Amino acid sequence: MAQLLSSPVAATHHPANTWLSRLVHSTFKNRSLAIGLLIITSLGIVALLAPWLAPHDPYLQNTANRMVPPIWHETGSWTHPLGTDRLGRDYLSRLIYGTRISLFIGLVVALISGLIGTTLGVLAGYFGGRVDAVVSYLLTTRLAMPVVLVALAMASLMGGSMLTVTLLLGLLLWDRFAVVARSATQQLRDAEYVQAAQALGCPLPYILLREVLPNIAGALIVVATLEVANAILLEATLSFLGMGVQPPSPSWGLMIAEGKAYMFFQPWVITIPGSALFVLVLAINLLGDGLRDLSAPGGRNE
Amino acid sequence: MNSAASSRDPLALELCALSKTFKLGGGMLHKSRTLKAVNDVSLRVPRGQVMGLVGESGCGKSTLAKVLLGLTPPSAGDVLINGKAIVNANQKALARHIQPIFQDPYSSLNPRQRIEQIVGLPLRIHAMGTAKEQAAKVDEMLELVGLPKRAAQQYPGQMSGGQRQRVAIARALIMRPDLVICDEPTSALDVSVQAQILNLLLDLKDEFGLTYLFISHDLAVVEHLADRIAVMYLGRIVEEGTREQIFSAPRHPYTQALLASALTPEPGLGVPDIGLGAGQPDPTQPPSGCAFHPRCPIAQPECAQQAPALSPIAQSAGPGTSQGTSQGTSQGNPTRVACHFA
Ligand SMILES: Nc1ncnc2c1ncn2[C@@H]1O[C@H](COP(=O)(O)OP(=O)(O)OP(=O)(O)O)[C@@H](O)[C@H]1O
Ligand SMILES: [Mg+2]
Repeated sequence: MAQLLSSPVAATHHPANTWLSRLVHSTFKNRSLAIGLLIITSLGIVALLAPWLAPHDPYLQNTANRMVPPIWHETGSWTHPLGTDRLGRDYLSRLIYGTRISLFIGLVVALISGLIGTTLGVLAGYFGGRVDAVVSYLLTTRLAMPVVLVALAMASLMGGSMLTVTLLLGLLLWDRFAVVARSATQQLRDAEYVQAAQALGCPLPYILLREVLPNIAGALIVVATLEVANAILLEATLSFLGMGVQPPSPSWGLMIAEGKAYMFFQPWVITIPGSALFVLVLAINLLGDGLRDLSAPGGRNE
Repeated sequence: MNSAASSRDPLALELCALSKTFKLGGGMLHKSRTLKAVNDVSLRVPRGQVMGLVGESGCGKSTLAKVLLGLTPPSAGDVLINGKAIVNANQKALARHIQPIFQDPYSSLNPRQRIEQIVGLPLRIHAMGTAKEQAAKVDEMLELVGLPKRAAQQYPGQMSGGQRQRVAIARALIMRPDLVICDEPTSALDVSVQAQILNLLLDLKDEFGLTYLFISHDLAVVEHLADRIAVMYLGRIVEEGTREQIFSAPRHPYTQALLASALTPEPGLGVPDIGLGAGQPDPTQPPSGCAFHPRCPIAQPECAQQAPALSPIAQSAGPGTSQGTSQGTSQGNPTRVACHFA
């Protein structure tokens, strides 16, 4: 017995126990995770420190100073490194404040839809039968609705605002969470540790929250990154169409919409917020990719 | 608590005509079919003994275990634990008397919890003792199953299969149940580790005065530790008797075939190929009469018509039974066999 006990335990000298240390450890090996994490952290800091980082008030209009080009044009100046918009507002400051809107909407929408989708999916997967039938019905109903059209229609009914957009998207984007949570839970439902907990008489919330949820969290986090990116793009779309965040808020989608008249002669009005959106969404997708790689292999030995 | 109940009833577990039926399919297009996974099983397990339950894959062993554990309700029949029916019993009350040890040590421990959390869970759920007492009990239990102290802080992923199975045993026994259902507890382990785990189970049985229902398709394992053996075929018990009787004078042709296959050079390698030609029949359409008759070497026309009852046979028959040393026979638990020609 001694020989049985000694070897395998001794071999794992420094276990990467916590999520954090595993994350740090694999970040060095996993390039897409590292890049994604780096960009998102930087943008997160920018969003948090916006009042200190922004050189100007993003709402301050200066009609004498309209459409100043960015610094890389010969007429650009350091007072407005990214130029000004058609109302003379500093473009860099607006871009920085816009990070807040995008990140806020992305995170809150993913939170709301994650809560709805995970709850429905876990219940459907765990109980099966009637519960599953009801959830599957809700899911097909939801999938039959085109998100953009429904969001546009509802936003035009309720009037576009940041709150409306967040709630609408939160109530619309739960389908992927539900699908993933449902199938992952179905696989776990018959896991022997779940049966052991049932045989012990563990209350249902304990089984769902402590035995099932931690073991499907990896898959859900990957979905969450997808939905954050999705929500950010949809917010930009709705704002562009005038049904999302309302002026004068510096939403990136709105900035693109406001610049579309100048697109041919001053293309930077569109490319700057467009690139910001592109970089953010790319970073989130890289992060999601990296997290998926992190949670996929070595399922048994993690 | 346990000892009070124990002293009263000599039977730790009694199954009375227990059945479990599954409905399969049954959508809009298909007619639903029924599958009798456990069919009219009656079994008595005396306190302090090990009842081995053997049979081919899919014969209903695990389903029987699930019913006993309260994980799924029986379709018919009764389960008595310490003489009390478990149907409608509170799962927590049941859990104090009966605990499982599962087959796959890789899936029986939550990979996201530390060993001390896993082993201490029963105490926490049943609010037994303060946090300090619980921790002390976990340490004590880990020592009893032969794990080092530092194992408490580890995750299942950092342990070998044998160590994980020790953790599963510790979790099952920490509340001192009367009855432990072992569903193939060693079949996923290396041969070298199997013996250690089996010996540990036997030691703990003596230490805590446990009763085991030991499910296996490996006859060598069952021979090692069972006092009595029940042989299951397509949801029914076809023969039940003492270990000596089953091994030295099997009566049912199915038992004989199982034994013959166990004597081949590589016993215990998965499901025995019992050399009966065609595989198991479709359990949703069991053969008429004796379910075993299509594969039976001594089948007669009458076997296809009438199902034999599981009935006691005369004591004098086998050489092994006449010794009368086993408690089973002395308590009026004669060998039972379900065959017209046994
Ligand atoms: N939840 C279920 N729904 C429908 N059929 C089931 C269910 N669980 C088990 N069965 C069926 O019941 C029969 C008995 O299964 P069971 O798992 O009890 O067999 P077993 O004897 O434990 O086999 P093994 O040795 O492979 O573990 C099988 O035919 C199986 O397909
Ligand atoms: Mg089984």
